[in-house]
Amino acid sequence: MNSEKVNRINKVINDDPNYPNFQLPQFPKTFEHRQAAHCESGVTSNLLKISSGGKITEPLAFGIGAGLFFIYFPFLKINNGPAIAFRTLPGYIFNHTCKSLGIPVIRKKFRSKERAEEFLKQCLAGGHPVGLQVGVYYLPYFPKEYRFHFNAHNLIVYGKQGDNYLISDPVMEHTTTLDSYQLERVRFAKGALAPKGHIYYPENGVAITDEQIKHAIKNGIRKNVNSMLHIPISFLGVKGIKNTGNKIKKWRDQLGLQKAGSYLAHMVRMQEEIGTGGGGFRFIYAAFLQEAHGYFKNESLLKISETFTKTGDLWRTAAVQAAGIYKGRIGNQEDFNLMGDYLHEISELEKNAFLALKKIK
Amino acid sequence: MKKEEVPQDLSSLAKFTKEVCYATDSSGKYITELSSGWDVKIKALDVAWEDIKKRIEAASEQVLNNNASPLLFFMEYRLMDISILAEYTGFWKWQIKRHLKPGVFKNLSNEKLQKYAEAFNIKVEDIKSMTINE
Repeated sequence: MNSEKVNRINKVINDDPNYPNFQLPQFPKTFEHRQAAHCESGVTSNLLKISSGGKITEPLAFGIGAGLFFIYFPFLKINNGPAIAFRTLPGYIFNHTCKSLGIPVIRKKFRSKERAEEFLKQCLAGGHPVGLQVGVYYLPYFPKEYRFHFNAHNLIVYGKQGDNYLISDPVMEHTTTLDSYQLERVRFAKGALAPKGHIYYPENGVAITDEQIKHAIKNGIRKNVNSMLHIPISFLGVKGIKNTGNKIKKWRDQLGLQKAGSYLAHMVRMQEEIGTGGGGFRFIYAAFLQEAHGYFKNESLLKISETFTKTGDLWRTAAVQAAGIYKGRIGNQEDFNLMGDYLHEISELEKNAFLALKKIK
Repeated sequence: MKKEEVPQDLSSLAKFTKEVCYATDSSGKYITELSSGWDVKIKALDVAWEDIKKRIEAASEQVLNNNASPLLFFMEYRLMDISILAEYTGFWKWQIKRHLKPGVFKNLSNEKLQKYAEAFNIKVEDIKSMTINE
């Protein structure tokens, strides 16, 4: 099914005012929790598990969803640190993966908390596990140290017992529960990227063939090549990495050692904290290219995968260097220069890797 | 990253869950491996909380010196800024700026205090005394 057709189906479903009465297709009642590195690609691959027969693994979901990215917004601050991201915007991976695979998506946001819960109950009654976007600040099963006002976390609700919703959070080892008040609170968390009760799930009964997966992989790679190489904005993609390298070299003079250390610590958290699989998602992407090789048997995919392993390792080397600075072990201008140089090297390597990916037909 | 290099330092997250890392096995194939934490990012998180602690201390000093109302303390304590607090309470930002003044805060109605208490997830009576029961 081409993406135009899928768009049309989505539109029809979403525009239909009677949608809540729409007959949901039956769904097997069992749900299997699988832990993942990253919340959104984990939710995507777990929700697609049944239609894909387990073929859509987390790395495939991440790669098909063109998840790899780099952003450094120079004028925006989040939690008093620079706004840096190593992945695309929240919601993009799920949408793009389903679209590329030709699976219609049902998604809704709500103003009313009551209607949001009502809709969730209907989905569950229809046997549908659903994805929810939530804020982590009031998420009770997260340790306190990890609770910030971050609103783009994703989890799956797969059932309800009494007042407790059964939760499969892909970054956790085990399933857990939230009562209706706790769930409402995180679904209606406030601040940047507020979830507004955002609920989504893929339509059932659409079989995913190997042919479709191949098509989707190509599509995902092409999208990712574009986002990393061809957006003409200096703080995005590989150019953004290089620019950030330049900026870091100036941080010591501009911000002072203490604040520069806080900024570096913030960057390391964005790069390595829960959900990246290590190395700012570069290792997941390398794993994706290996799996893509299974479908295409093109040897250059393996070569390029190795390059991403290398840049992932370099990101981690840079993190160790940054840690030296925020631990106060080192802090000369040369240490900041070395940190910036690592990013230049990464930018160059990733640029060449994506250029090589562009050539693969 | 090779499988053997997946760090196993003990983070505060480890009590709740280990996290999945992607790493290569001896043949270079990617597999997943659980990690209990990495010193580099444990320290990064510490730095973030040290910064927050400083902000909270500065805020509570401001309140004690009668330069700000206790709302400032709870705002910092809950890592909120004025826009997040405005969204949680339904007040306008300019109203919150006013309520941050000790003189205005003193005369706030119980209803308004209740809205703040809900946003901060505390009891109304704890707002004025800056008490935290956690």
